[in-house]
Amino acid sequence: VLFLFVCSPSPCSFHWIRKAEEQPESLDPCDINGPHFDPELFLNKLRRECSLAELMDQETCMVKQIRSLDSDMQTLVYENYNKFISATDTIRKMKNDFKKMEDEMDCLSANMAAITEFSARISGTLQDQHAQITKLSGVHTLLRKLQFLFELPARLNKCLELQAYAQAVRSHRRARCVLQQYSHLPSFKGIQDDCHAIMDKLAQELRQKFRDGGSSAKDLSECVELLLQLDEPAEELCDKFLSHAQSRLESDLQGLEAEIRPYPTIPSPTSNTDILEFIDRGCNEFVSSLCLVITSYQELFINHAQKGELLNAFVDDLAARYFSLVERRIQEEKGVADNSLLVRALDRFHRRLQAVTKLLPGSAVPNQGTEIVIRAATERVKQYLSALQSFYMDSLTDVRQALATPRDAPNSLPELLSSLSASILNQIKSVLASVHLFTAKDITFSNKPYFKGEFCSQGVRESLVVSFIKFVCQSSRQFCESAGDKGGSTPPALLLLLSRLCLDYETSTISYILTLTDEQFLVQHHSPVTPVTTLCAEAREAAQKLLNHYVKVQGLIISQMLRKSVETRDWVNTIEPRNVRAVMKRVVEDTTSIDVQVGLLYEEGVRKAHSSDSSKRTFSVYSSSRQQARYAASYTPSAPMDTNLLSNIHKLFSERIDIFSSVEFNKVSVMTGIIKISLKTFLECVRLRTFGRYGLQQIQVDCHYLQMYLWRFVSDENLVHFMLDEIVGSSAHRCLDPAPMEQSVIEVICERG
Amino acid sequence: MEDDAPVIYGLEFQARALTAQTAETDAIRFLVGTQSLKFDNQIHIIDFDDENNIINKNVLLHQAGEIWHIGASPADKAVLTTCYNKTSDSRVVSCAAVWRMPSDWETGSHESPDDSAHNPQTLELLCHLDDSAHSNAACVLWEPMGDGKRVISLADNHALLWDLQESSTQATVSSTATLEGKGQLKFTSGKWSPHHNCSQLATANDTAIRGWDLRTMSQIYCIENAHGQLVRDLDFNPNRQYYLASCGDDCKVKFWDVRNVQEPVKSLEEHSHWVWSVRYNHSHDQLVLTASSDSRLILSNMVSISSEPFGHLVDDEELSEGEDNHQEDKSKEPLKDSVVSTYEEHEDSVYAAEWSSADPWLFASLSYDGRLVINRVPRALKYRILL
Repeated sequence: VLFLFVCSPSPCSFHWIRKAEEQPESLDPCDINGPHFDPELFLNKLRRECSLAELMDQETCMVKQIRSLDSDMQTLVYENYNKFISATDTIRKMKNDFKKMEDEMDCLSANMAAITEFSARISGTLQDQHAQITKLSGVHTLLRKLQFLFELPARLNKCLELQAYAQAVRSHRRARCVLQQYSHLPSFKGIQDDCHAIMDKLAQELRQKFRDGGSSAKDLSECVELLLQLDEPAEELCDKFLSHAQSRLESDLQGLEAEIRPYPTIPSPTSNTDILEFIDRGCNEFVSSLCLVITSYQELFINHAQKGELLNAFVDDLAARYFSLVERRIQEEKGVADNSLLVRALDRFHRRLQAVTKLLPGSAVPNQGTEIVIRAATERVKQYLSALQSFYMDSLTDVRQALATPRDAPNSLPELLSSLSASILNQIKSVLASVHLFTAKDITFSNKPYFKGEFCSQGVRESLVVSFIKFVCQSSRQFCESAGDKGGSTPPALLLLLSRLCLDYETSTISYILTLTDEQFLVQHHSPVTPVTTLCAEAREAAQKLLNHYVKVQGLIISQMLRKSVETRDWVNTIEPRNVRAVMKRVVEDTTSIDVQVGLLYEEGVRKAHSSDSSKRTFSVYSSSRQQARYAASYTPSAPMDTNLLSNIHKLFSERIDIFSSVEFNKVSVMTGIIKISLKTFLECVRLRTFGRYGLQQIQVDCHYLQMYLWRFVSDENLVHFMLDEIVGSSAHRCLDPAPMEQSVIEVICERG
Repeated sequence: MEDDAPVIYGLEFQARALTAQTAETDAIRFLVGTQSLKFDNQIHIIDFDDENNIINKNVLLHQAGEIWHIGASPADKAVLTTCYNKTSDSRVVSCAAVWRMPSDWETGSHESPDDSAHNPQTLELLCHLDDSAHSNAACVLWEPMGDGKRVISLADNHALLWDLQESSTQATVSSTATLEGKGQLKFTSGKWSPHHNCSQLATANDTAIRGWDLRTMSQIYCIENAHGQLVRDLDFNPNRQYYLASCGDDCKVKFWDVRNVQEPVKSLEEHSHWVWSVRYNHSHDQLVLTASSDSRLILSNMVSISSEPFGHLVDDEELSEGEDNHQEDKSKEPLKDSVVSTYEEHEDSVYAAEWSSADPWLFASLSYDGRLVINRVPRALKYRILL
């Protein structure tokens, strides 16, 4: 109670607490409710302490309280009065009843005494008969037992007849001890001998049955169990047991072997079960039998611990043969179409082997099984890689064909590129998805450390994805090298396309693929892996090489036209130029179409700012007057140094031009490269020829025409000016009668053409 | 160890033809033939004074026409051959001839060097290497190390072997070989092999290189598509009889073992335009000189395919202990093929480069604008090869 009050925080309760505290031992004589109340003291105290008014109040209060107490008391008395009356009645009634009960109880005890007496008398009379009955029943059981013994040979015989070996052995076991104990009695001895004879026969039969071996594993183990109970030597049994088991398991294995096509070259679709069926059969027949053998062996020969090694050797031997069959079968799985079948088969294979682990904890079998799975997986990854590679090559062949077919091909370059790159990416994704099955959560072997770590990083990432990317780069580079000499075997458009592909790989695809792989396989980089940057660098290098090669090939095609046109003409005896030669128009046309082609895949790129008059009129940059001055100077014998001076001064201000140099990944740079190669060839060819007057003029016309159209393609138009300048200059040097054509005439001819 | 600066000499005319004076083994001397359609062409005899780094020139007139190829006799210093273009009646004809320098050209130059420029002496014609059936000679090759009696001229699709008689004043064709095939085949260049008793010749036409046996005048090997483009020049390794270098319009220099014509032994791609000339050093065949129309001359050190792939072999007996260790250190150094140096003194296409016949460490190169540059192998490399 106290505790409760303390807990409640209200002030009212506090008052009560005080009261409760004081109540039990209120020694205060002034406490009007206390037991030690002294009216005198109280009055004195009041009189001393209170004023008159207070006394008056106290008095009225007291009177009031007294009055109320009186009325309360009256009420209580009145209420309790009735109860007292009824209580008195009840007590009186009870008194009468008890008296009656006492009489009845006396009567009862008298009766009980009489009953006790009778019962004692009856049991006394029956005691003798009871003892007799007990004795008789004992004799009966003994007789029953004796009867069992006497009937035992017959029973055993019957059991033997019915082949109820288990029952016979059980019966014999029950009787054996007794017979042994009483064997000194001739009658029992007879029975025992009979039994022995029968049991020997039985054992014989069992052994026979055991030897026959045709029965199932369960029968066999039962047989062995019985024989063991008949105290047959365990070692011998154990050997026999194993050899029987072996013969049966071997038949299973032969069944499996028959499933593997003996001659894989001969297609025989009917006998060709799929790998899942094969593994299923192997599991159901061989592995389950093996497990059964192990279990029964362990149960039967539990006491012969040293036999464990024998069993291990036995299991290892058979398992090895089984594994070799499985491996042969797995190797036949060449098609990469459906990986899930293989994975499921491997999973089942692996899962069933776990049973062996449980039964034989120390066995190497499950590890070997895991190794087989690992080998199968790595083999698979290799197959996927080669499938990817051949897919890539096939795609390239398709692209090649698409490029070779009709006119619309160049326009579809970007589409070809996107479809090529998309189909490769899809193929990679589908391969990754297939390979991913190996690490799916519900596959038992996926939690092996190999599949968690090495398989993901080395197997999938390195051997599959990285190898494929490297293959792409390498095969691209091969296009540059093998086709490099003749130039014709790879269509230039393909080079351009591949270059763009490699560049795209460098910028995004590689990192995308690798991120995808890492995410899907949660690759943890325990072992060093090829970093993205290395692959990107490789791809960029390949792209660069391809593009350079493209420039070279296209440049050579145009060069070839120019060279033929210069070499085959008799420039000394040519007629006065009336037209731009057709070959120049062809060069411009080809250059334009190359420009379009490159523009489909590459960005424009930067060019140097054009001079304000960079139009057809720019030809005035190398005006004929200056040109004349130049050759005039070179033919002045008195000033031999001028030849060099003029051209050298010119060269001082222009950088050395590298003809077959590396280009940048943009259209202008590519076009500059091609035009440089073409014009340089033109120059070198011109220098090997001798020109007549009209020959020189024809070259002038041609160069002007080229000038009109080529400047727009290159990054620095001065380059074209300079090189064309060189060509005209060189042909003037090689001219027998250098009389240049009027600039205005040249322009007219060119505009007409 | 600073290398000497290159020495430059300017000709007034454009020039393509350059040769060392093969028979001269004391003085460093080069012959240059000029190309001019209007004026008399000249042969400049360039003497280089190695000690003073000075060039002396002598000019001889070659009035027959512009010179495309020049070859010096290996036996007689004064005898040379040229291939030249003659223009007559607006026709251009290529011819070849054997010439003799006037006997006093040398003395004359010493007395009055200025005069020689103004009044040059003229070459003396010994004989023409033309007959009516075969014209358009591309080049004339002297029998290497021979007595100056046999030359081969390559004209269109014929290789003609000439015997020079009567002090080279008479030339008769002793045998011919003809290149047969589709189209207009034409020899562009050739080289007489110094091996096998000088019985072999290698020629280039278009992209193919062919080997000929001069005894039977029949083809013995053919490297089809040796280069992606035209083959411009050939040279035999002076020390390894089956090794051949070639160069061409695909910017490449290739090294071949003619016993296996399928694949080059080595391929270089250092130039950025057509390679016009390739020359093995006469004594140290790892040094290869290439000239290109990218205006560059490149000296490469092709150790791996040279006759001394492991460096200069020194007998153990000659070495004391200390040197022995040193030698071991050196042999451990990987000997790699490398570009020794790129020479950029030219400003126009370099069409010819030649090693000096007198000094194995010195070479000359000639660009179209008439600039002749004489350079030396860098000293560091020279001492590494020698020591």
